[in-house]
Amino acid sequence: MKKILVLSALAAMLASGAALADTSDKKIAFSNNYAGNSWRQAMLNSYAIVTKKAVADGVVAAADIFTTADKEVPTQAAQVQNLILQGYDAIVINAASPDALNGAVKQACDAGIVVVSFDGIVTEPCAYRVVVDFKDMGRQEVEQMAKFHPEGGNLLEIRGLAGTSIDDAIHAGILEGVAAHPEFKIVGSVTGDWDQTTAQKAVATILPSLPEIVGVVDQGGDGYGAAQAFAAAGKPRPTIIMGNRQDELQWWKEQKDKDGYQTWSASIAPGVSSLAFWVAQQVLDGRTDVPHDLLVPYLAFTQDTFEAELPNIPKGGVASHEYTQEDAIAAIKANIK
Amino acid sequence: MRPEMTAAPVETGPKSSSERSALARARLLRGLLPALSLVLVLLAIAWLNPRAISYFGFSLMLNLAIPIALATIAQMFVIAGNELDLSIGTFVGFVGCVTATWLKDAPLVGVAILLGSIGVYALLGALIHLRNLPSIVVTLGMSFVWQGLAILILPKPGGKAPDWLLSLMAFKPPFVPFPIIAALLIAAVVHFGLMRTSYGVILRGSGGNAAALSRAGWSLLKTKVVLFALTGLFGVLSGMALIGITTSGDANIGNGYTLLSIAGVILGGGEFVGGRVSPIGAVIGALTLALSASPLLTFMHIPPDWQVAANGAILIIVLAARVLISRRER
Repeated sequence: MKKILVLSALAAMLASGAALADTSDKKIAFSNNYAGNSWRQAMLNSYAIVTKKAVADGVVAAADIFTTADKEVPTQAAQVQNLILQGYDAIVINAASPDALNGAVKQACDAGIVVVSFDGIVTEPCAYRVVVDFKDMGRQEVEQMAKFHPEGGNLLEIRGLAGTSIDDAIHAGILEGVAAHPEFKIVGSVTGDWDQTTAQKAVATILPSLPEIVGVVDQGGDGYGAAQAFAAAGKPRPTIIMGNRQDELQWWKEQKDKDGYQTWSASIAPGVSSLAFWVAQQVLDGRTDVPHDLLVPYLAFTQDTFEAELPNIPKGGVASHEYTQEDAIAAIKANIK
Repeated sequence: MRPEMTAAPVETGPKSSSERSALARARLLRGLLPALSLVLVLLAIAWLNPRAISYFGFSLMLNLAIPIALATIAQMFVIAGNELDLSIGTFVGFVGCVTATWLKDAPLVGVAILLGSIGVYALLGALIHLRNLPSIVVTLGMSFVWQGLAILILPKPGGKAPDWLLSLMAFKPPFVPFPIIAALLIAAVVHFGLMRTSYGVILRGSGGNAAALSRAGWSLLKTKVVLFALTGLFGVLSGMALIGITTSGDANIGNGYTLLSIAGVILGGGEFVGGRVSPIGAVIGALTLALSASPLLTFMHIPPDWQVAANGAILIIVLAARVLISRRER
């Protein structure tokens, strides 16, 4: 009898769809290893906005942010160990190293703590990983290009920081996209390091040796630099894929106002930190079906949506998006096979 | 030859007895300061987070202090010879990469590489002595060499610590947490070797009064080579201990250790010149730094924007207290 009562109470609670009360006494810590660039600042900001509201609404008891003083692995490992001692129920982590924090992460798991990593993920199997689908982003760049240039043509590729998994994934996606659209051909490839100045120099160097370019596929943070290089060389302006940076979208708007220039923009939203928070909350809530590897969508803007976003991005910053609990539930659902 | 000048707690000289006792008091205070600051930091932690003061708590808080303590001891040996090692951090990283790759997959090659790297350290000591080069320049150069080699071995983070090392670092003795036993052991062994043996006196004497030592017929080349080799040896131990804890390697893993180790030696009552070092103090200094930088900060709930600055402020306060007290000696 009692059991039925409890069950019906549970059912009523679930049906009401209220913020699940089960995690209201849980404490979630955020271990961050670096705060020194605009992307990381936006990441911390998004996290603070979302978690402040979650704490105020009583969804969780606490959501504190801890940033290490240096980018070093041992410092962050020590920090994770201290968070274990602090009695947190979950740790959201942007890790300094994918492998070298596994020892500390395992200790956290052994202490019954839920660990959710994002951006800088950890490979320890007991942790959760929120990974942005960079490969799909690369593929989508070529798909979009095919819309703007159905006749095809020559593409220039700008790569990111060499040796990183992100550069690898986006590049693989672009290659896949080109394979699906044989009307396009990558005629040149430079390394832009996700940086406008580096990209501008690299593109300026290779431009004289290239045939006519219809489009530039890149990784974000390099679109504006590429545009500058084309302008300086007096070459016709190709379709340059953007990466959600303020200067890139600003340039796009100027071009659009001038002659209706069309392109597409995509990047990882710094607010993915808030998605990691909600994933941790969902696991604490007792969900056992959450996959340990969660592939989540990137943040994209089209011809119709980017202008509304532009005023929200601080100068020198990057577009962000604060995720909600529903977003997290949807992302988990999409990843359950 | 007056090595006893650096070793004896009370200096003999034409001084009045009251002056002498005041000096002795100041020296005692100086000797106790590292222990005192450690107790202070522990009290603060106990107050902020009582559950940290437990077997489990000490195991967690202090296990990363072990590689720092070993790196500090390594740094202490060069400082005993009036030199500085700016490459110890990247050297620890290099050792870490070797440990996570060669030492696991081909133990003999791994051991050979590590022994070879200690040999390189000994050669550096010889080079610095023979060519009369500033150690800061030589070791700064070497720091890039070690870093480069580490990246060559492990271009991206990965590898795995040998199983015996993992189980050693995860060892759970009854009653007393492993890091405390390890710290006591390191302090005792080095204290005996450097402070209680006659060659230890010679080693410290090379920093205290090199001219007197060489006039007495001791080879300064040999002392420098031995000091640098010992630095290499403890650097290797530090890197291995670190990988035993983190389980996996990263070329940049030890970079922060260079400055931490120097701060640890100074906090532990050592001086940059004069061969005045204290192994027990250095270990305590390393533990204090490890505790005050991370656990204390985490438990204080400082807003994230201020955490980085607060970390630095704690270091300055702890080191300033040490300087204030040692000034009273003069």
